[in-house]
Amino acid sequence: MEQKELHSLQLTAAKVRSLALDMVHSAASGHIGGSLSVADILTTLYFKAMEVDPTQPKAPGRDRLVLSKGHCTPALYATLALRGYFPVEELKLFRSIQGHMSGHPDMNHVPGVDMSTGSLGQGISAAVGMALAGKQDSLDYRVYAVLGDGEIEEGQVWEAAMAAAKYHLDNLIALVDVNGLQIDGKTADVMPSEPLDKKFEAFNWNTIRVDGHDISALAQALEQAKANKGKPTAILCDTVKGKGVSFMENNAGWHGKAPNDEQYAQAHAELAATLEVLEKEGM
Amino acid sequence: MAEKIATRAAYGKALVDLAQQYPELVVLDADLSGSTMSASFAKTYPDRFYNMGIAEGNMIGVAAGLAACGKKPFASSFAMFAAGRAFEQVRNSVGYPHLNVKVVGSHGGLSVGEDGATHQCCEDFAVMRSIPGMVVCCPCDGAEMTAAVKALLDYEGPAYLRLGRLAVETVTDAIPGYQFELGKGVTLRQGGDVTVIAVGLMVQKALAAAEMLAGEGIDVRVIDMHTIKPLDTELVLKAARETGCIVTTEEHNIVGGLGEAVCACVAEGCPVPVVRHGVADVFGRSGKAEEVLAHYGLTAEGIADCCRRAVKLKKG
Repeated sequence: MEQKELHSLQLTAAKVRSLALDMVHSAASGHIGGSLSVADILTTLYFKAMEVDPTQPKAPGRDRLVLSKGHCTPALYATLALRGYFPVEELKLFRSIQGHMSGHPDMNHVPGVDMSTGSLGQGISAAVGMALAGKQDSLDYRVYAVLGDGEIEEGQVWEAAMAAAKYHLDNLIALVDVNGLQIDGKTADVMPSEPLDKKFEAFNWNTIRVDGHDISALAQALEQAKANKGKPTAILCDTVKGKGVSFMENNAGWHGKAPNDEQYAQAHAELAATLEVLEKEGM
Repeated sequence: MAEKIATRAAYGKALVDLAQQYPELVVLDADLSGSTMSASFAKTYPDRFYNMGIAEGNMIGVAAGLAACGKKPFASSFAMFAAGRAFEQVRNSVGYPHLNVKVVGSHGGLSVGEDGATHQCCEDFAVMRSIPGMVVCCPCDGAEMTAAVKALLDYEGPAYLRLGRLAVETVTDAIPGYQFELGKGVTLRQGGDVTVIAVGLMVQKALAAAEMLAGEGIDVRVIDMHTIKPLDTELVLKAARETGCIVTTEEHNIVGGLGEAVCACVAEGCPVPVVRHGVADVFGRSGKAEEVLAHYGLTAEGIADCCRRAVKLKKG
Protein backbone atom coordinates (compact mmCIF):
# COMPACT_ATOMS: atom_id res chain seq x y z
CA MET A 1 0.00 0.00 0.00
CA GLU A 2 1.23 3.47 -0.84
CA GLN A 3 2.22 5.63 2.09
CA LYS A 4 -0.33 8.29 1.16
CA GLU A 5 -3.22 5.83 1.15
CA LEU A 6 -2.04 4.20 4.34
CA HIS A 7 -1.84 7.55 6.02
CA SER A 8 -5.33 8.46 4.90
CA LEU A 9 -6.71 5.19 6.29
CA GLN A 10 -4.89 5.69 9.58
CA LEU A 11 -6.39 9.13 9.83
CA THR A 12 -9.86 7.75 9.19
CA ALA A 13 -9.40 5.07 11.84
CA ALA A 14 -8.32 7.73 14.32
CA LYS A 15 -11.48 9.69 13.52
CA VAL A 16 -13.58 6.53 13.99
CA ARG A 17 -12.04 6.08 17.46
CA SER A 18 -12.65 9.66 18.39
CA LEU A 19 -16.28 9.61 17.22
CA ALA A 20 -16.90 6.28 18.97
CA LEU A 21 -15.63 7.74 22.23
CA ASP A 22 -17.86 10.81 21.83
CA MET A 23 -20.89 8.58 21.13
CA VAL A 24 -20.39 6.41 24.19
CA HIS A 25 -19.74 9.41 26.39
CA SER A 26 -22.75 11.39 25.23
CA ALA A 27 -25.02 8.33 25.46
CA ALA A 28 -23.47 7.51 28.85
CA SER A 29 -23.54 3.89 27.70
CA GLY A 30 -22.15 1.66 25.00
CA HIS A 31 -19.22 -0.58 24.21
CA ILE A 32 -16.04 1.39 23.84
CA GLY A 33 -13.36 -1.29 24.43
CA GLY A 34 -14.27 -3.50 21.48
CA SER A 35 -15.05 -0.46 19.32
CA LEU A 36 -11.51 0.79 19.77
CA SER A 37 -10.06 -2.65 19.00
CA VAL A 38 -12.12 -3.09 15.81
CA ALA A 39 -11.69 0.43 14.42
CA ASP A 40 -8.76 -0.35 12.09
CA ILE A 41 -10.51 -3.49 10.83
CA LEU A 42 -13.73 -1.66 9.93
CA THR A 43 -11.83 1.24 8.39
CA THR A 44 -9.79 -1.07 6.16
CA LEU A 45 -12.96 -2.87 5.12
CA TYR A 46 -15.18 0.11 4.29
CA PHE A 47 -12.47 2.41 2.92
CA LYS A 48 -10.28 -0.10 1.13
CA ALA A 49 -11.52 -3.66 0.68
CA MET A 50 -15.27 -3.40 0.18
CA GLU A 51 -17.07 -2.42 -3.00
CA VAL A 52 -19.93 -0.28 -1.80
CA ASP A 53 -21.71 2.88 -2.84
CA PRO A 54 -23.14 4.80 0.12
CA THR A 55 -25.69 6.44 -2.18
CA GLN A 56 -27.08 2.98 -2.98
CA PRO A 57 -26.97 1.12 0.32
CA LYS A 58 -29.35 -1.62 -0.92
CA ALA A 59 -27.74 -2.30 -4.30
CA PRO A 60 -28.06 -6.05 -4.96
CA GLY A 61 -24.48 -6.43 -6.14
CA ARG A 62 -22.84 -4.62 -3.21
CA ASP A 63 -20.41 -6.18 -0.80
CA ARG A 64 -22.03 -6.82 2.56
CA LEU A 65 -20.79 -6.61 6.12
CA VAL A 66 -22.36 -8.28 9.10
CA LEU A 67 -21.11 -7.02 12.45
CA SER A 68 -21.60 -10.28 14.29
CA LYS A 69 -20.05 -8.69 17.39
CA GLY A 70 -22.98 -6.32 17.21
CA HIS A 71 -22.30 -4.41 20.40
CA CYS A 72 -19.52 -2.46 18.66
CA THR A 73 -21.96 -0.05 17.02
CA PRO A 74 -19.95 3.01 18.08
CA ALA A 75 -17.20 1.92 15.66
CA LEU A 76 -19.60 0.67 12.98
CA TYR A 77 -21.87 3.72 12.94
CA ALA A 78 -18.89 6.09 13.03
CA THR A 79 -17.32 4.24 10.09
CA LEU A 80 -20.58 4.29 8.11
CA ALA A 81 -21.07 8.00 8.78
CA LEU A 82 -17.51 8.83 7.68
CA ARG A 83 -18.01 6.66 4.59
CA GLY A 84 -21.01 8.82 3.72
CA TYR A 85 -24.02 6.66 4.48
CA PHE A 86 -25.52 9.33 6.72
CA PRO A 87 -24.41 12.63 8.30
CA VAL A 88 -21.89 12.42 11.15
CA GLU A 89 -24.29 14.70 13.04
CA GLU A 90 -26.70 11.76 13.51
CA LEU A 91 -24.18 9.96 15.69
CA LYS A 92 -25.13 12.36 18.46
CA LEU A 93 -28.38 10.44 18.86
CA PHE A 94 -26.59 7.15 19.52
CA ARG A 95 -28.68 5.08 21.95
CA SER A 96 -31.08 7.99 22.32
CA ILE A 97 -34.86 7.61 22.43
CA GLN A 98 -35.01 10.59 20.10
CA GLY A 99 -33.19 8.88 17.24
CA HIS A 100 -32.80 5.52 15.60
CA MET A 101 -29.10 4.90 16.28
CA SER A 102 -29.89 1.79 18.30
CA GLY A 103 -27.45 0.20 20.71
CA HIS A 104 -27.02 -2.77 18.37
CA PRO A 105 -27.09 -2.67 14.55
CA ASP A 106 -30.51 -2.16 13.02
CA MET A 107 -30.76 -2.88 9.29
CA ASN A 108 -34.15 -1.24 8.97
CA HIS A 109 -33.24 2.16 10.39
CA VAL A 110 -29.51 2.76 9.96
CA PRO A 111 -28.37 3.18 6.33
CA GLY A 112 -25.50 0.89 5.45
CA VAL A 113 -26.26 -1.74 8.10
CA ASP A 114 -26.71 -5.00 6.19
CA MET A 115 -27.98 -7.17 9.06
CA SER A 116 -29.52 -6.58 12.46
CA THR A 117 -27.29 -8.26 15.00
CA GLY A 118 -26.47 -8.14 18.66
CA SER A 119 -27.20 -11.58 20.00
CA LEU A 120 -23.75 -13.12 19.70
CA GLY A 121 -23.12 -15.93 17.27
CA GLN A 122 -26.06 -15.13 15.02
CA GLY A 123 -24.50 -12.70 12.58
CA ILE A 124 -22.10 -15.21 11.07
CA SER A 125 -25.05 -17.43 10.14
CA ALA A 126 -26.77 -14.58 8.33
CA ALA A 127 -23.50 -13.90 6.53
CA VAL A 128 -23.46 -17.54 5.38
CA GLY A 129 -27.01 -17.07 4.04
CA MET A 130 -25.99 -13.93 2.15
CA ALA A 131 -22.99 -15.71 0.66
CA LEU A 132 -25.21 -18.64 -0.41
CA ALA A 133 -27.61 -16.20 -2.08
CA GLY A 134 -24.71 -14.60 -3.95
CA LYS A 135 -23.57 -17.98 -5.23
CA GLN A 136 -27.08 -18.89 -6.28
CA ASP A 137 -27.62 -15.63 -8.13
CA SER A 138 -24.13 -15.72 -9.67
CA LEU A 139 -23.38 -12.31 -8.21
CA ASP A 140 -19.75 -11.73 -7.39
CA TYR A 141 -20.22 -9.71 -4.21
CA ARG A 142 -18.40 -10.68 -1.03
CA VAL A 143 -19.74 -10.98 2.47
CA TYR A 144 -17.64 -9.93 5.45
CA ALA A 145 -18.48 -11.06 8.97
CA VAL A 146 -16.75 -9.40 11.89
CA LEU A 147 -16.68 -11.48 15.05
CA GLY A 148 -15.26 -11.16 18.52
CA ASP A 149 -13.01 -13.73 20.14
CA GLY A 150 -15.42 -13.89 23.08
CA GLU A 151 -18.36 -14.33 20.71
CA ILE A 152 -16.67 -17.33 19.21
CA GLU A 153 -17.56 -19.30 22.34
CA GLU A 154 -21.11 -19.48 20.98
CA GLY A 155 -21.71 -22.89 19.40
CA GLN A 156 -23.64 -21.33 16.55
CA VAL A 157 -20.41 -19.80 15.20
CA TRP A 158 -19.08 -23.30 14.59
CA GLU A 159 -22.37 -24.50 13.12
CA ALA A 160 -22.03 -21.65 10.65
CA ALA A 161 -18.36 -22.43 10.06
CA MET A 162 -19.26 -26.02 9.10
CA ALA A 163 -21.98 -24.83 6.73
CA ALA A 164 -19.69 -22.26 5.06
CA ALA A 165 -17.10 -24.93 4.36
CA LYS A 166 -19.72 -27.39 3.11
CA TYR A 167 -20.89 -24.90 0.49
CA HIS A 168 -17.34 -23.76 -0.43
CA LEU A 169 -18.18 -20.14 0.33
CA ASP A 170 -15.04 -18.44 -0.93
CA ASN A 171 -17.15 -15.26 -1.11
CA LEU A 172 -17.31 -15.23 2.70
CA ILE A 173 -14.53 -13.67 4.77
CA ALA A 174 -14.74 -13.72 8.55
CA LEU A 175 -12.57 -11.34 10.54
CA VAL A 176 -12.11 -12.15 14.19
CA ASP A 177 -11.20 -9.26 16.46
CA VAL A 178 -8.92 -11.18 18.81
CA ASN A 179 -8.52 -8.71 21.64
CA GLY A 180 -8.22 -11.43 24.27
CA LEU A 181 -10.83 -10.01 26.62
CA GLN A 182 -14.51 -10.49 27.33
CA ILE A 183 -16.85 -9.10 29.97
CA ASP A 184 -15.67 -11.27 32.83
CA GLY A 185 -11.96 -11.07 32.04
CA LYS A 186 -9.42 -12.73 29.78
CA THR A 187 -10.87 -15.14 27.24
CA ALA A 188 -7.99 -17.40 28.18
CA ASP A 189 -9.49 -17.60 31.69
CA VAL A 190 -13.22 -17.36 30.99
CA MET A 191 -13.27 -19.86 28.12
CA PRO A 192 -10.04 -20.48 26.24
CA SER A 193 -10.70 -20.38 22.50
CA GLU A 194 -7.18 -20.62 21.09
CA PRO A 195 -5.71 -21.94 18.92
CA LEU A 196 -8.20 -20.20 16.68
CA ASP A 197 -6.23 -20.78 13.48
CA LYS A 198 -6.15 -24.52 14.08
CA LYS A 199 -9.86 -24.55 14.91
CA PHE A 200 -10.84 -22.78 11.69
CA GLU A 201 -8.46 -24.94 9.69
CA ALA A 202 -10.05 -28.02 11.20
CA PHE A 203 -13.39 -26.68 10.00
CA ASN A 204 -11.88 -26.51 6.52
CA TRP A 205 -11.36 -22.76 6.29
CA ASN A 206 -8.33 -20.85 5.07
CA THR A 207 -6.80 -18.82 7.85
CA ILE A 208 -4.59 -15.75 7.97
CA ARG A 209 -3.22 -14.27 11.19
CA VAL A 210 -2.48 -10.57 11.20
CA ASP A 211 -1.83 -7.56 13.44
CA GLY A 212 -5.32 -6.06 13.59
CA HIS A 213 -3.95 -2.55 14.02
CA ASP A 214 -1.62 -2.72 11.03
CA ILE A 215 -3.82 -1.37 8.27
CA SER A 216 -1.34 -2.24 5.57
CA ALA A 217 -1.18 -5.84 6.79
CA LEU A 218 -4.97 -5.99 7.11
CA ALA A 219 -5.40 -4.78 3.53
CA GLN A 220 -2.90 -7.34 2.33
CA ALA A 221 -4.66 -10.14 4.25
CA LEU A 222 -7.97 -9.12 2.71
CA GLU A 223 -6.48 -9.21 -0.80
CA GLN A 224 -5.11 -12.67 -0.06
CA ALA A 225 -8.52 -13.78 1.27
CA LYS A 226 -10.27 -12.49 -1.86
CA ALA A 227 -7.90 -14.51 -4.03
CA ASN A 228 -8.59 -17.75 -2.15
CA LYS A 229 -10.89 -20.11 -4.03
CA GLY A 230 -13.06 -22.97 -2.86
CA LYS A 231 -13.04 -22.21 0.86
CA PRO A 232 -14.11 -19.44 3.20
CA THR A 233 -11.32 -17.48 4.88
CA ALA A 234 -10.94 -16.46 8.50
CA ILE A 235 -8.65 -13.52 9.19
CA LEU A 236 -7.58 -13.64 12.82
CA CYS A 237 -6.77 -10.08 13.81
CA ASP A 238 -4.67 -9.69 16.95
CA THR A 239 -5.80 -6.48 18.59
CA VAL A 240 -5.72 -4.53 21.84
CA LYS A 241 -9.05 -3.91 23.51
CA GLY A 242 -9.38 -0.20 24.21
CA LYS A 243 -6.64 0.60 21.64
CA GLY A 244 -5.57 4.23 21.68
CA VAL A 245 -6.67 5.16 25.19
CA SER A 246 -3.97 4.30 27.71
CA PHE A 247 -6.16 3.50 30.68
CA MET A 248 -8.64 1.47 28.59
CA GLU A 249 -6.08 -0.71 26.85
CA ASN A 250 -6.19 -4.38 27.82
CA ASN A 251 -8.70 -3.65 30.55
CA ALA A 252 -11.84 -5.81 30.51
CA GLY A 253 -13.58 -3.26 32.71
CA TRP A 254 -13.97 -1.02 29.65
CA HIS A 255 -15.98 -3.58 27.69
CA GLY A 256 -19.34 -1.94 28.14
CA LYS A 257 -18.76 1.05 30.37
CA ALA A 258 -19.02 4.74 29.51
CA PRO A 259 -16.29 7.09 30.75
CA ASN A 260 -17.24 9.82 33.20
CA ASP A 261 -16.46 13.42 32.26
CA GLU A 262 -12.97 13.34 33.68
CA GLN A 263 -12.11 10.02 32.05
CA TYR A 264 -13.62 11.26 28.82
CA ALA A 265 -11.46 14.38 28.88
CA GLN A 266 -8.31 12.30 29.24
CA ALA A 267 -9.36 9.73 26.63
CA HIS A 268 -10.40 12.47 24.24
CA ALA A 269 -7.07 14.23 24.72
CA GLU A 270 -5.12 11.06 23.96
CA LEU A 271 -7.11 10.28 20.80
CA ALA A 272 -6.94 13.92 19.72
CA ALA A 273 -3.17 13.89 20.14
CA THR A 274 -2.90 10.84 17.88
CA LEU A 275 -5.15 12.50 15.35
CA GLU A 276 -3.09 15.68 15.48
CA VAL A 277 0.15 13.81 14.84
CA LEU A 278 -1.41 12.06 11.85
CA GLU A 279 -2.79 15.32 10.49
CA LYS A 280 0.61 17.00 10.78
CA GLU A 281 2.26 14.06 9.03
CA GLY A 282 -0.15 14.52 6.16
CA MET A 283 0.72 18.14 5.59
CA MET B 1 -64.38 -41.57 3.02
CA ALA B 2 -62.63 -38.36 2.06
CA GLU B 3 -58.96 -38.37 1.18
CA LYS B 4 -56.52 -38.66 4.09
CA ILE B 5 -53.19 -36.94 3.83
CA ALA B 6 -50.72 -35.57 6.37
CA THR B 7 -50.28 -31.82 6.19
CA ARG B 8 -46.50 -32.38 6.01
CA ALA B 9 -47.02 -34.39 2.83
CA ALA B 10 -49.10 -31.57 1.37
CA TYR B 11 -46.34 -29.14 2.40
CA GLY B 12 -43.64 -31.12 0.60
CA LYS B 13 -45.75 -31.38 -2.53
CA ALA B 14 -46.71 -27.70 -2.48
CA LEU B 15 -43.05 -26.65 -2.35
CA VAL B 16 -42.32 -28.66 -5.48
CA ASP B 17 -45.48 -27.52 -7.26
CA LEU B 18 -44.82 -23.84 -6.54
CA ALA B 19 -41.07 -23.81 -7.20
CA GLN B 20 -41.36 -22.75 -10.84
CA GLN B 21 -43.82 -19.99 -10.10
CA TYR B 22 -41.66 -18.64 -7.28
CA PRO B 23 -38.02 -18.66 -8.39
CA GLU B 24 -36.97 -16.97 -5.11
CA LEU B 25 -38.25 -19.95 -3.09
CA VAL B 26 -35.41 -21.79 -1.34
CA VAL B 27 -35.78 -24.55 1.23
CA LEU B 28 -33.62 -25.40 4.21
CA ASP B 29 -33.79 -28.37 6.50
CA ALA B 30 -31.86 -29.69 9.49
CA ASP B 31 -31.39 -33.38 8.74
CA LEU B 32 -35.12 -34.15 8.89
CA SER B 33 -36.09 -33.61 5.27
CA GLY B 34 -37.56 -37.11 5.04
CA SER B 35 -39.84 -36.38 7.97
CA THR B 36 -40.73 -32.78 7.16
CA MET B 37 -41.22 -33.95 3.55
CA SER B 38 -39.00 -31.23 2.14
CA ALA B 39 -36.97 -34.10 0.65
CA SER B 40 -38.98 -34.11 -2.58
CA PHE B 41 -38.05 -30.46 -3.12
CA ALA B 42 -34.42 -31.33 -2.38
CA LYS B 43 -34.54 -34.01 -5.05
CA THR B 44 -36.28 -31.89 -7.66
CA TYR B 45 -34.43 -28.62 -7.01
CA PRO B 46 -31.09 -29.57 -5.44
CA ASP B 47 -29.60 -26.14 -6.19
CA ARG B 48 -32.29 -24.43 -4.15
CA PHE B 49 -32.17 -26.77 -1.18
CA TYR B 50 -29.76 -26.46 1.74
CA ASN B 51 -29.39 -29.23 4.27
CA MET B 52 -27.84 -27.46 7.24
CA GLY B 53 -27.34 -30.56 9.33
CA ILE B 54 -28.40 -30.89 12.95
CA ALA B 55 -27.92 -27.20 13.66
CA GLU B 56 -31.27 -25.45 13.80
CA GLY B 57 -30.02 -22.15 15.22
CA ASN B 58 -27.62 -21.74 12.32
CA MET B 59 -30.30 -22.84 9.85
CA ILE B 60 -32.58 -19.99 10.95
CA GLY B 61 -29.73 -17.47 10.77
CA VAL B 62 -28.76 -18.66 7.28
CA ALA B 63 -32.41 -18.36 6.23
CA ALA B 64 -32.36 -14.78 7.54
CA GLY B 65 -29.30 -14.00 5.42
CA LEU B 66 -30.95 -15.52 2.34
CA ALA B 67 -34.08 -13.45 2.97
CA ALA B 68 -31.96 -10.31 3.36
CA CYS B 69 -30.83 -10.97 -0.23
CA GLY B 70 -34.36 -11.33 -1.60
CA LYS B 71 -34.87 -15.08 -1.32
CA LYS B 72 -38.04 -16.62 0.10
CA PRO B 73 -36.67 -19.27 2.47
CA PHE B 74 -38.76 -21.99 4.10
CA ALA B 75 -36.72 -23.54 6.92
CA SER B 76 -38.08 -26.74 8.36
CA SER B 77 -37.37 -29.07 11.24
CA PHE B 78 -39.44 -30.64 13.99
CA ALA B 79 -41.53 -28.01 15.78
CA MET B 80 -39.56 -28.69 18.96
CA PHE B 81 -36.33 -27.56 17.32
CA ALA B 82 -37.52 -25.00 14.77
CA ALA B 83 -39.62 -23.06 17.27
CA GLY B 84 -38.10 -24.31 20.51
CA ARG B 85 -34.36 -24.69 20.18
CA ALA B 86 -34.07 -21.89 17.62
CA PHE B 87 -36.49 -19.53 19.39
CA GLU B 88 -33.93 -16.84 19.99
CA GLN B 89 -32.60 -16.99 16.44
CA VAL B 90 -36.18 -16.66 15.17
CA ARG B 91 -36.77 -13.77 17.54
CA ASN B 92 -33.58 -11.81 16.89
CA SER B 93 -32.46 -12.74 13.36
CA VAL B 94 -35.92 -13.07 11.76
CA GLY B 95 -38.61 -11.40 13.85
CA TYR B 96 -36.80 -8.24 14.91
CA PRO B 97 -35.52 -7.32 11.42
CA HIS B 98 -38.90 -8.53 10.03
CA LEU B 99 -37.24 -10.74 7.43
CA ASN B 100 -39.18 -12.86 5.00
CA VAL B 101 -38.43 -16.25 6.55
CA LYS B 102 -41.00 -19.01 6.94
CA VAL B 103 -40.10 -21.10 9.96
CA VAL B 104 -41.68 -24.50 9.51
CA GLY B 105 -42.24 -26.85 12.46
CA SER B 106 -43.31 -30.36 11.62
CA HIS B 107 -44.60 -33.03 14.00
CA GLY B 108 -46.12 -30.38 16.24
CA GLY B 109 -48.07 -31.42 19.33
CA LEU B 110 -48.39 -34.86 20.90
CA SER B 111 -48.80 -36.81 17.69
CA VAL B 112 -45.09 -37.49 17.32
CA GLY B 113 -46.27 -40.32 19.54
CA GLU B 114 -43.63 -42.91 20.24
CA ASP B 115 -40.71 -40.46 20.46
CA GLY B 116 -42.16 -39.14 23.69
CA ALA B 117 -42.10 -35.86 25.58
CA THR B 118 -38.74 -34.52 24.37
CA HIS B 119 -40.08 -34.38 20.81
CA GLN B 120 -43.73 -33.54 21.52
CA CYS B 121 -43.80 -29.78 21.12
CA CYS B 122 -46.88 -28.29 22.74
CA GLU B 123 -45.35 -24.86 23.20
CA ASP B 124 -44.61 -23.72 19.64
CA PHE B 125 -47.73 -21.57 19.20
CA ALA B 126 -47.01 -19.89 22.54
CA VAL B 127 -43.43 -18.91 21.83
CA MET B 128 -43.94 -18.03 18.17
CA ARG B 129 -46.98 -15.83 18.79
CA SER B 130 -45.08 -13.94 21.47
CA ILE B 131 -42.76 -12.51 18.80
CA PRO B 132 -44.00 -9.15 17.48
CA GLY B 133 -45.10 -9.27 13.85
CA MET B 134 -44.94 -13.05 13.58
CA VAL B 135 -47.71 -14.84 11.68
CA VAL B 136 -48.59 -18.21 13.23
CA CYS B 137 -50.41 -20.70 11.04
CA CYS B 138 -51.45 -24.34 11.37
CA PRO B 139 -53.70 -25.69 8.60
CA CYS B 140 -56.03 -28.58 9.41
CA ASP B 141 -55.81 -30.65 6.25
CA GLY B 142 -53.85 -31.18 3.05
CA ALA B 143 -55.95 -28.86 0.90
CA GLU B 144 -55.63 -26.06 3.40
CA MET B 145 -51.87 -26.64 3.75
CA THR B 146 -51.41 -26.37 -0.01
CA ALA B 147 -53.24 -23.05 0.00
CA ALA B 148 -51.33 -21.87 3.08
CA VAL B 149 -47.92 -22.48 1.50
CA LYS B 150 -48.92 -20.35 -1.48
CA ALA B 151 -50.36 -17.64 0.75
CA LEU B 152 -47.15 -17.58 2.77
CA LEU B 153 -45.08 -17.27 -0.40
CA ASP B 154 -47.16 -14.23 -1.30
CA TYR B 155 -46.83 -12.78 2.20
CA GLU B 156 -43.67 -10.71 2.79
CA GLY B 157 -42.67 -11.15 6.41
CA PRO B 158 -41.82 -13.66 9.11
CA ALA B 159 -44.18 -16.54 9.75
CA TYR B 160 -44.35 -19.83 11.59
CA LEU B 161 -46.10 -22.75 9.92
CA ARG B 162 -46.88 -25.90 11.88
CA LEU B 163 -47.15 -29.22 10.04
CA GLY B 164 -48.74 -32.39 11.38
CA ARG B 165 -47.34 -35.89 11.30
CA LEU B 166 -50.57 -37.88 10.97
CA ALA B 167 -52.68 -38.37 7.88
CA VAL B 168 -55.91 -36.45 8.37
CA GLU B 169 -59.20 -36.34 6.56
CA THR B 170 -59.67 -33.44 4.15
CA VAL B 171 -62.56 -31.34 5.39
CA THR B 172 -62.06 -27.90 3.87
CA ASP B 173 -62.72 -28.98 0.29
CA ALA B 174 -66.41 -29.44 1.07
CA ILE B 175 -67.02 -25.74 1.75
CA PRO B 176 -68.56 -23.99 -1.24
CA GLY B 177 -66.43 -21.09 -2.46
CA TYR B 178 -63.75 -21.60 0.19
CA GLN B 179 -60.69 -19.46 -0.36
CA PHE B 180 -57.83 -19.59 2.08
CA GLU B 181 -56.78 -16.27 3.50
CA LEU B 182 -54.14 -15.76 6.21
CA GLY B 183 -55.76 -14.37 9.35
CA LYS B 184 -59.28 -15.39 8.35
CA GLY B 185 -60.93 -18.31 10.14
CA VAL B 186 -63.28 -20.66 8.35
CA THR B 187 -66.73 -21.61 9.60
CA LEU B 188 -67.04 -25.28 8.76
CA ARG B 189 -70.37 -25.85 10.46
CA GLN B 190 -73.09 -23.48 11.56
CA GLY B 191 -74.58 -23.73 15.04
CA GLY B 192 -76.24 -21.57 17.67
CA ASP B 193 -75.55 -23.07 21.12
CA VAL B 194 -71.76 -23.12 21.35
CA THR B 195 -68.81 -22.43 19.05
CA VAL B 196 -65.80 -24.71 18.91
CA ILE B 197 -62.74 -22.86 17.63
CA ALA B 198 -60.24 -25.48 16.56
CA VAL B 199 -56.81 -25.63 14.98
CA GLY B 200 -54.85 -28.38 13.25
CA LEU B 201 -55.99 -31.95 13.63
CA MET B 202 -58.46 -30.94 16.36
CA VAL B 203 -60.67 -29.49 13.60
CA GLN B 204 -61.71 -32.95 12.42
CA LYS B 205 -62.29 -34.02 16.02
CA ALA B 206 -64.38 -30.89 16.61
CA LEU B 207 -66.59 -31.79 13.67
CA ALA B 208 -67.02 -35.28 15.12
CA ALA B 209 -67.87 -33.77 18.52
CA ALA B 210 -70.48 -31.55 16.86
CA GLU B 211 -72.11 -34.63 15.31
CA MET B 212 -72.20 -36.35 18.71
CA LEU B 213 -73.74 -33.34 20.42
CA ALA B 214 -76.37 -32.87 17.73
CA GLY B 215 -77.89 -36.06 19.09
CA GLU B 216 -78.19 -34.38 22.49
CA GLY B 217 -79.82 -31.30 21.05
CA ILE B 218 -76.73 -29.11 21.35
CA ASP B 219 -76.20 -27.13 18.16
CA VAL B 220 -72.44 -26.66 17.66
CA ARG B 221 -70.71 -24.17 15.39
CA VAL B 222 -67.22 -25.20 14.28
CA ILE B 223 -64.55 -22.76 13.22
CA ASP B 224 -61.24 -23.83 11.71
CA MET B 225 -58.83 -21.17 12.99
CA HIS B 226 -55.82 -21.97 10.82
CA THR B 227 -54.16 -18.68 11.67
CA ILE B 228 -53.60 -18.13 15.37
CA LYS B 229 -51.83 -14.84 14.79
CA PRO B 230 -53.13 -12.49 13.60
CA LEU B 231 -56.32 -13.86 15.11
CA ASP B 232 -59.57 -13.38 13.23
CA THR B 233 -61.08 -11.34 16.06
CA GLU B 234 -64.12 -10.41 14.01
CA LEU B 235 -65.10 -14.04 13.55
CA VAL B 236 -64.38 -14.86 17.22
CA LEU B 237 -66.49 -11.97 18.51
CA LYS B 238 -69.31 -12.83 16.12
CA ALA B 239 -69.30 -16.36 17.52
CA ALA B 240 -69.24 -14.98 21.08
CA ARG B 241 -72.25 -12.78 20.39
CA GLU B 242 -74.24 -15.37 18.48
CA THR B 243 -73.57 -18.54 20.48
CA GLY B 244 -72.84 -17.04 23.90
CA CYS B 245 -70.02 -19.43 24.77
CA ILE B 246 -66.87 -20.82 23.18
CA VAL B 247 -64.68 -23.89 23.39
CA THR B 248 -61.16 -23.75 22.00
CA THR B 249 -59.32 -26.92 21.08
CA GLU B 250 -55.70 -27.36 20.10
CA GLU B 251 -52.95 -29.97 20.10
CA HIS B 252 -50.92 -27.62 22.30
CA ASN B 253 -50.60 -26.59 25.89
CA ILE B 254 -53.70 -24.69 27.03
CA VAL B 255 -51.17 -22.10 28.17
CA GLY B 256 -50.11 -19.61 25.52
CA GLY B 257 -51.82 -20.94 22.41
CA LEU B 258 -55.13 -20.57 20.57
CA GLY B 259 -57.14 -20.85 23.79
CA GLU B 260 -55.50 -17.90 25.46
CA ALA B 261 -55.57 -15.87 22.25
CA VAL B 262 -59.34 -16.39 22.03
CA CYS B 263 -59.78 -15.68 25.76
CA ALA B 264 -57.99 -12.34 25.41
CA CYS B 265 -60.08 -11.41 22.39
CA VAL B 266 -63.37 -12.36 24.04
CA ALA B 267 -62.51 -10.77 27.40
CA GLU B 268 -61.78 -7.45 25.72
CA GLY B 269 -64.56 -7.52 23.13
CA CYS B 270 -67.53 -9.63 24.27
CA PRO B 271 -67.07 -11.44 27.59
CA VAL B 272 -68.67 -14.88 27.45
CA PRO B 273 -67.55 -18.20 28.96
CA VAL B 274 -64.60 -19.82 27.19
CA VAL B 275 -63.47 -23.35 27.95
CA ARG B 276 -59.95 -24.22 26.79
CA HIS B 277 -59.41 -27.76 25.56
CA GLY B 278 -55.89 -28.98 24.87
CA VAL B 279 -52.88 -30.34 26.69
CA ALA B 280 -53.47 -29.40 30.33
CA ASP B 281 -50.04 -27.89 31.10
CA VAL B 282 -48.28 -31.23 31.32
CA PHE B 283 -45.58 -33.01 29.33
CA GLY B 284 -46.46 -35.83 26.97
CA ARG B 285 -45.35 -39.46 26.99
CA SER B 286 -44.55 -42.25 24.56
CA GLY B 287 -47.23 -44.27 22.82
CA LYS B 288 -48.91 -44.59 19.47
CA ALA B 289 -50.05 -41.16 18.36
CA GLU B 290 -53.79 -41.77 18.72
CA GLU B 291 -53.22 -43.47 22.07
CA VAL B 292 -51.24 -40.51 23.35
CA LEU B 293 -53.88 -38.07 22.11
CA ALA B 294 -56.56 -40.15 23.84
CA HIS B 295 -54.48 -40.40 27.03
CA TYR B 296 -54.51 -36.60 27.31
CA GLY B 297 -58.16 -36.28 26.34
CA LEU B 298 -57.55 -34.84 22.90
CA THR B 299 -60.55 -36.62 21.42
CA ALA B 300 -63.99 -35.76 20.09
CA GLU B 301 -65.38 -36.92 23.44
CA GLY B 302 -63.04 -34.53 25.24
CA ILE B 303 -64.27 -31.65 23.10
CA ALA B 304 -67.89 -32.67 23.62
CA ASP B 305 -67.39 -32.63 27.42
CA CYS B 306 -65.99 -29.11 27.18
CA CYS B 307 -68.98 -28.05 25.07
CA ARG B 308 -71.40 -29.33 27.70
CA ARG B 309 -69.47 -27.40 30.37
CA ALA B 310 -69.49 -24.24 28.26
CA VAL B 311 -73.22 -24.40 27.64
CA LYS B 312 -73.77 -24.96 31.38
CA LEU B 313 -71.58 -21.97 32.23
CA LYS B 314 -73.51 -19.83 29.78
CA LYS B 315 -76.78 -20.75 31.44
CA GLY B 316 -75.20 -19.86 34.81
